[in-house]
Formats: sequence, structure tokens, C-alpha cells
Amino acid sequence: MMKLSRWKVTATLLSVIFGILFSLPNVLPQSTLDALPGVFPKQKLNLGLDLQGGSSLLLEVDTNALRAEKLTNLIEDVRKTLREEQIPFTDLATVDGEVSVRITDPGQLGQAANLLRKAVGTALPGAAGGRDVNLSTPGDQRIRIAFVPEALNTEASAAVAQSIEIIRRRVDELGTREPTILRQGVNRIIVQAPGESDPQRLRDVIGKTAKLTFQMVDDSVSAQEAAAGRVPPGSVLMQGDEKEGGIYLVRRRALVDGGMLTDAQMRFDQQTGQPVVTFRFNGQGARRFGDATSQNVGKMFAIVLDGKVISAPRIINPITGGSGQITGNFTEQTANDLAVLLRAGALPAPLEVIEQRTVGAELGADAVRSGAISLAIGGVAIIVFIVLAYGLFGTFAALALVTNVLLIIALMSMTQATLTFPGIAGLILTLAVAVDANVLIYERVRDEAHGGRTPIMALETGYRRALVSIIDANITSAISALIMFQFGSGPIRGFAWTLLIGVITSVFTAVIITQVLIGWWFRRVKPKTLPIE
Amino acid sequence: MHWPFIRNLPREFHIDFVRLAPAAAVLSALLIVGSIGSFVVQGLNFGIDFRGGTLLEVQAKGVAPLAELRRALPAAGAHDAQVQAFGSPDSAMLRFRTEHENVQEAQAVKEHLAARFPDMQFKRMEVVGPKVSGELMTSGFMALGIALLLMLAYIWFRFQLQFGLGAVVAVFHDVILTLGLLSVTQIEFSMTSIAALLTVIGYSMNEKVITFDRLRENLRKYKTAPLREVINRSENERLSRTLITGSTAILALAGAIFLGGPVLFPLVSTMVFGIIIGTYSSIYVALPIILLWGVKRGDEPAEPLKPANVRP
Repeated sequence: MMKLSRWKVTATLLSVIFGILFSLPNVLPQSTLDALPGVFPKQKLNLGLDLQGGSSLLLEVDTNALRAEKLTNLIEDVRKTLREEQIPFTDLATVDGEVSVRITDPGQLGQAANLLRKAVGTALPGAAGGRDVNLSTPGDQRIRIAFVPEALNTEASAAVAQSIEIIRRRVDELGTREPTILRQGVNRIIVQAPGESDPQRLRDVIGKTAKLTFQMVDDSVSAQEAAAGRVPPGSVLMQGDEKEGGIYLVRRRALVDGGMLTDAQMRFDQQTGQPVVTFRFNGQGARRFGDATSQNVGKMFAIVLDGKVISAPRIINPITGGSGQITGNFTEQTANDLAVLLRAGALPAPLEVIEQRTVGAELGADAVRSGAISLAIGGVAIIVFIVLAYGLFGTFAALALVTNVLLIIALMSMTQATLTFPGIAGLILTLAVAVDANVLIYERVRDEAHGGRTPIMALETGYRRALVSIIDANITSAISALIMFQFGSGPIRGFAWTLLIGVITSVFTAVIITQVLIGWWFRRVKPKTLPIE
Repeated sequence: MHWPFIRNLPREFHIDFVRLAPAAAVLSALLIVGSIGSFVVQGLNFGIDFRGGTLLEVQAKGVAPLAELRRALPAAGAHDAQVQAFGSPDSAMLRFRTEHENVQEAQAVKEHLAARFPDMQFKRMEVVGPKVSGELMTSGFMALGIALLLMLAYIWFRFQLQFGLGAVVAVFHDVILTLGLLSVTQIEFSMTSIAALLTVIGYSMNEKVITFDRLRENLRKYKTAPLREVINRSENERLSRTLITGSTAILALAGAIFLGGPVLFPLVSTMVFGIIIGTYSSIYVALPIILLWGVKRGDEPAEPLKPANVRP
């Protein structure tokens, strides 16, 4: 064991070089760093929000809104299907999160059920029955249609992924410094913006749903009549937005929504020279919009943003090519805004801020300062203590400890793991436990030497016996770190990661590096007794 | 004095650790009863991580106007408001809830205060919704439970079941006493406290493993010696290491206790307490349990529960 095997020496040298090289960017000034060639590692420690200041928002996708919208669309599907087949019905409504309808003629119940089974819902691979809805006939001439649980989960999951993408696009336009946007759990998103001390703006940008839909205007009654209390079923009154004004009677069912757009641009109309917004749908959107516009030439449809009508153009020609333009009361600016909004896309569902943490940059700097001082004091205390206790061997342990610190900083910089304020405390404890490995070894060596073994034998046996305890002890530490990482949030994960990296580097430096150092010393000095005997 | 200082430690210690075990058992029992009593009477001082609500750290020019803040908060729409000094005299920590516990309301309270105290700086603001706090609580305590179970499994796998149980009972003892300390001192119990507890568990387990390693080795070496004697011998052999490591760890953390400021203090002081209690419980909780239960030694039957008269 004490023989200086080549791999141990190589590993020691490599680790020292690696440690220095990868922790160096943290102390070099940025200008020097920029001047260095590209192969040189440039990543610095990734400080947590508590150390550098900034904001973190935890957002939750409102799955209830998502479900409500799905139900609304389902009701409209049912209404349309039954009307087209001229099957009379009553009591079409949502009951306990399901759509329920009563077929007037009991003789038509079976026919209606079969019809709806084919017509409503969409295919969902993996779900029972292969569709996202489940149809039942509980009696009393009723048909109930419910979404299968998977359908809502799939929807929520897709909504989160989509929201992340949209938030990223919006936040990018804000010009916020390197925001991190990550999914958390099933229906949550975490947005972290370092340096942003007031998340108000961030929240404003993120919080706007910007939900855009194309809906038909209901011209069966005028909006004024409807406002007087005669809103036809399946339609709803909507306000025009600030510029548009007025009220509109709009069919509830969305023809197409903003999610089906692939592009939108501000252009000038070739004939009138007016600013317009051109848009292009994806395949599904193009088909739906094509069908709807073919059937409704001459009628009006409403472009609805977050529940308000931004314009209600008349359909002049069927729009079957999957692209079209929105003419309206636009200025260049408003047309451009609308195009940007359409491009960035709507959030599939409203987002609620359920947790917000903001740390001022100044407080972060204080934390860095007191953390660094604590770490320095801790490190020096350990080194002084161990050198006093074990003399030369203590110095070896101290050298191993310095390498350990370098390695931890290097690995944290390389993996871009977040160093948090609690993480610094974790680091100090890690150093103490790292020294414990050396204490265990040296105490073993002392025992063996006192037991009458020669120095080389004492070292040999001491290292071998202590290794078992060291590994066992560190595995238990690693278990607690892994669990913290799994269950913890934010600062705790940073703390856990620091501990975990520390466990690995500690075992390596305390066992291998001191061994190499003692081996070198042993070869040169050929001592009769050990300094710690 | 000899250099290096380790030479001044006697080569062998002859302390009858086991003799003190009954006294230690009484002490532990008292401390546990005290901890549980404190739980029942005043519980833990849950922070907003677990209770939900809003936390504001403010810094005033000059001394923080605590009394005025206390009066201003309810007027600003805050319920359940607490105001306390935090670290230096110019800083204060405000905790409150709002009617619907959402970010917008908390922001409104903050703006109200900002208008009322124009010189005050808002250094930190945290809003935790009720949903999140409930989940943090569950996941925090689940993490503690799972950590204990996994470690039991690992020790069982590496040693014998008695060792695993001894270790887990001892670590449980440490967790209860640490929670007891947090309850008695009413230090805020946050997600960071869970991290501190897990670190305490990790360190304590570490101690147990090292204790057991030496015990197992000596059990093999002294096959016929009574268990009690083997335990005493193992602890004496291990004592120098226990002293050095324990004092190193506490020394290292001392800097952070005094200079880490009000944020690190709860974490670090919990760790220091954990180091002390973890070392104690290795000797006086884990080992006595093994002594009472007995261990399997090679092919021999389990050690009977007879008190050994032989002293080392």
C-alpha cells in the first residue's frame, strides 16, 4: 500500500493541476480571463441567489383553468355534433367536472352516444379506449362525457413545457441577465434572475397570459340585445380592448388559438398601405381555420386576447392556405406589438406565482464576505490544529486539505453547481470531516507503531485498516447528501451538492494524496521512527 | 511539551466508559423528556418556509423603528405580523401574512411600508404560498425519515442488525435533542434547519460507523472477552481520534458561528450541537444498546446479558 504506485502519483499530480486550473477563473480578473485562449477553463463558481442577489419566482400552471377550457370546448363539440345530426337535447352543462347532456327522445339515445363517441375528444395513445374522453350513459336519457385522468396530465405537462418556452422568449426580450428557467415537478416552473432586485417587472411580463383565440362573432342577436339579458347558449359577451371599445357577442368555442400559429409579422398592406399583421398557422390550425372561414364568408370573427376582443375583422375570402392577415385599426406600433405577442405565443394557462424570493445584491455581497471570512477562519483553524497535533504528518494532511478545497472549487465551477450560503457552512464541515480521515489513519498508524511494528509496516497497516472505516463513514454522509439533494429545494440542493462533491474529493485527497506525500518523504528520509509515534 | 502535540496524549487510556452508562441513560432520558415537553408546550418556531407567509428584511438609517413598524404593518394590510431585530440594530425582520396569501398582496404591503418609511431599504423579501409551505414541510420531514431508514439499511448491511438499530436509536436520540434545542431556544425552523438536521444525522452516523468498525474488529480479536470489556477497550483505543476530530470540527465551525451573521448562526450552531451530541450518543446510546442486546460473535451464541466483573 505504501509503495508509490504510478497511478497514485499520476492521480495526485493530475488532481492538483486540475484543481488549480479549474479554480483559477474565480480569482483572475475578467479582462485576463477574456484574453486567455479558448481551451482554458473559464467557468466561475455559480453563486446562489442568496450570495449574488436576485429574484426567484416559483410559478404554477393553473390546471383548473386548463381543465375548464377543455370542458368548454368539449361542450361546444357536443352541441355542434348533436345539432348537425338534428338530435334534440336539453341540459347540456358541466356537472362535477364532466359534461352531461340529456337526449330528449329516448329512442335516439343509443344513436347519440355512438355519434358522440366517434366525434368528440381526440386520440390519446396509451389511454384506455385510445381516446382522451370516456363516455357513459348513467340512465335518465343522459350521456356523460369525462376526460380520462391521463388526458389532463398530458395536457398539464405539455402546458408546462410550452409555458417554459414562452417565458424564455418573453424574458429574453426583457433583457434580464441570464435568467434560469426550469421545470419543477409536474406543473411548476422556476424562474431565477440574478441581479434583479425587483421582480415586479419580471412578474408583469411572465404573469400576462397573452392568450389569443380566434372566435366567431355570434350575429344571431345583436350585442346590445344580448347585453340586455338574452345571451344565446354557447355564446358570451366580451369587452373590446381599450383601443377597440364596445361589446361583442362571441361564440364560446375557439376556432383556433395562438398556439397554432407558427409565425406572425407586421407588414404593410399592398393595396392600402395600412399596417397589418400577417400570420401563418401550423397544419392543424390551417385546416381548422380553413374550414371555419369557408363556412362563414362574410361573417365576422373576433380576435380575442386574454378575454378581450382586440379586433373583429370580416371574413372576405376563405383562408385555406394556412396564412392570412389581420387588418384592423392598427398603427405601426400596435401591429408590431400584436405580431410580437403572437410570435412569443400565449401561455397555455394562467400562471400563479406561489413562491417568490428576492435578495438584494448588497445583502448577497455581505453574505459572500462573511461566508469567505468564516471559511478562511475555519480552514486556518483546521490547518493550525492538525499541524500542531501531527507535525510533519499534519502538514501533509494540511496540503491534502488545500488540494481538497481547490478540487471542490474546481468541480463546483466545472459542473456549475450552485454555491449557496448554507453551502459554505457545509464546505467548512466537509473540511473538518476530511481531516477526520487523516486523523483516523494517523491514529491507526500510531496504534500499529506502538504495537511494535516497523514504521513502514505501521503505515501500511494503518492506511489499510483505516480505509474501511473511512469508506463506510463517507458512504453514510453521501446518503444524507443525496437525500437532501432529492428532497430539498433551492439553497438546500446547493448545500447537498457541496457536501456530495466534498465527500468524494475528501476521501481521495485524505487517502491518496497524503499517501503519496508520506511515500516521498519516506523514500528520502528512511526514518527509524515515525514523527507521530 | 513534546512536538508534535499528539505525543503528549497518553498511549493508552483506561477509562471505564461503560460504568457511566446508567448515569448517561438517565441524563439522555431527562433530556429527551425535556425536549418532548418543550415541543408540547411551545413547539417549533416554524419559519415562512413551513408556515407560509411573507418575510421582509429591512435596514433603516440608524436604529430600526421596531415599534413603528409593528404599528404600521396591520395598517398596511398584514395579518399576524411579527417584527424583530435581526443581526445589527439597524436591521429588522418582519414576518406577516396577507388575506389571500399571494404575492400581489405581499407586494402591496411592501409598497405601503416603502411609502411610510422612505429611508428604509428592503434587503430581502420572501413570499411562500400556503401550497408550497405545506409541501416543503412534508418533503423536509420525509427527507429526515428516509435518511434514517437508508442509513439503518446500510449499517445493517455492513454490520449486524443490532448495530443498525443501535445506530438508528442513537441518531433518533440526536434528532430529538436537536429539535428540542431548536424548540427551547425558539430558533427559527426553516428549510435550512432541515439541512442542518440532515448534516447532524450524517455526522452522527459517521461517528457510529467508526465506533462500530473498531468494536467489530476488537470482537474478532478478543473472541472470548466479555462484550463490556471489548466495548471499553474499543472506546479507549478510539478516544484520541474522537477528541481530535471533534475539536477540529468545532474549531472549524467556530468562525462561522461568530462571523457568519444571523443567517448562518442557526445552521452552524445546530451543527456544533449535533457534533457534540453525535459523539456522546455513539458512546452512550449506540453502544449500551448493543451491550444490552448482545452481538453474534463468530460461531458462538449471542453474548448473554450478564454484567462483566472484569475491568481492563
